Parts: sequence; structure tokens; C-alpha cells
Amino acid sequence: MVITTGTSVEVRLPSRLGFEKVAMGTAASVAQLMGFPPERIEDLKTAVAEACINAIEHGNQLNEKLSVGVILSASADGLEVKVVDNGEGISKQPPKPDIDRKVHGEEDPRGMGMFLIQALVDEAEWVHDSKGNGSYVRLVIRLDRESEFDKESK
Amino acid sequence: MQTETRTTIDRTTTSGGTSISVMRFTGDISSASKESVLGAWQTVSGNGPVLLDFSKVEYINSSGIGLIITMLMEADKSGQKVAVFGLTPHFQKVFTMVGIGKYAGLHKDQETAAASL
Repeated sequence: MVITTGTSVEVRLPSRLGFEKVAMGTAASVAQLMGFPPERIEDLKTAVAEACINAIEHGNQLNEKLSVGVILSASADGLEVKVVDNGEGISKQPPKPDIDRKVHGEEDPRGMGMFLIQALVDEAEWVHDSKGNGSYVRLVIRLDRESEFDKESK
Repeated sequence: MQTETRTTIDRTTTSGGTSISVMRFTGDISSASKESVLGAWQTVSGNGPVLLDFSKVEYINSSGIGLIITMLMEADKSGQKVAVFGLTPHFQKVFTMVGIGKYAGLHKDQETAAASL
């Protein structure tokens, strides 16, 4: 099977922690069919998992009556992933996590999710739907690129 | 849905005679792992150098990273040395990105990790 431009795959997850792995597995399968290299598939899996965890925990407040939508859309040069929840979205980006402050107890040891998403994919934006239909995070990972971190590490 | 975390602890001794605790994790490291990970940590906390073995872990999320940072907080307070081994190349990269390498050396295998302590 080959994934062509315009192919779209949708998954709906219950708002229960752990189900992010279903989205992660689906995204990995689509990316593999598109020909992404294994290291980029790993980047995508972590970014999708973190986006789903944020949607389940913060967007839908762990309310299992609400679901999280994950829409994967293939294009010629990459894969777009939208993770949609019923929350109000974020008003501002949290500061970049500081390991020294975390280890010294001056910052919550958690709170790495958004940082990891931004570091691992080529585009990440958080969008609030003004019509009250929920919010979404949109991620794009491109076929012809390696992550910024991998580039800088060389 | 999440794979249960199992944490076991054994002890090894370096060629120089230093006794080291080895925490070996199996399964996922996530928010559901808190009791397994931090419960096991309490038995080695403040009791000499510690190795963290991730060679049987397939999935670590940001909540799991938070648990690892919690262990490093306690180790830092007591001056306890910690080193990590067995991460996949991807999670080696993620640990480096978030800065864990500053507080716990990231190594390929148990021998090199033990030698670093």
C-alpha cells in the first residue's frame, strides 16, 4: 500500500491516558507507508503522543465522555497531524523548561510536552477555535528534513 | 492501555570495589508508573551510586521524564551519583534535549555507565 497526496486518516480516542499510544501507532504506520526514515518516525510518535496527552489531560480534563480527534493528512512533502479537543486552548506558550530549576525544585518536574513537540517536528501551532468548537494543535513533519536537534548534533 | 511498569533493583560492584544499585525498568514510563518508579527509588535513595536501566523500556512520555527528574532532584540533594544506560537512540536524544544528561550521564551499556560513577 502506498499513501498518496490527499490521503487522510482519522482516529477518535477516549479521553483516558494511555490511548495516546493508539494515535502514536497510527501515525507511525502512516509515516512508514509514506517513506519517512525510522528516526523521524520516532520523533513523530513522541510529538503525537504528547499532543494527545495534552488534549486528554488539559483540553478534555480527562472527561471520558469527550473524545480527542486525531487527523493525519498526507501531502507530497510531509504529514500534517491535527489533534482536536473540546478545551479552550492555550493563551500563551509556557516558558522553555529549565532542567536546573526543575532539579532544584524551583519548577514542576513535569511540563516538557509542548517543548518536546516543538523540538521534534518541523511546524507546531496551537489554534483556538473562536466558534467554540474546541481547539487543536497542528503538527507538520516534512519528508525531506531531519530534526533541528539532529542537524545541530552533527 | 499503558503497559505496566515493573521496577527491579539489584546490586553490582565496580572493578574498583564500589557497590552500585541498578534500577531496571520494564514496560512504559508514564504517569501510571509513579508508584513503581518512585517506590523503588525510595529503597536506594541516599544509599550510594545508582544506575538506571532503560533497556527494556519502549515508551517514555513527558510524565515519565518528570518521574526521572524527581529521582534526580532527590539524588542532587543528597549528593548521590546517577547514571543512565540502555536508552534507544531516540530517547537518548530526548533525554539530551531536556537536559537530563547534565545530572545523569547517558551511556550505551551497564559497563560504561558503572565505570562513570
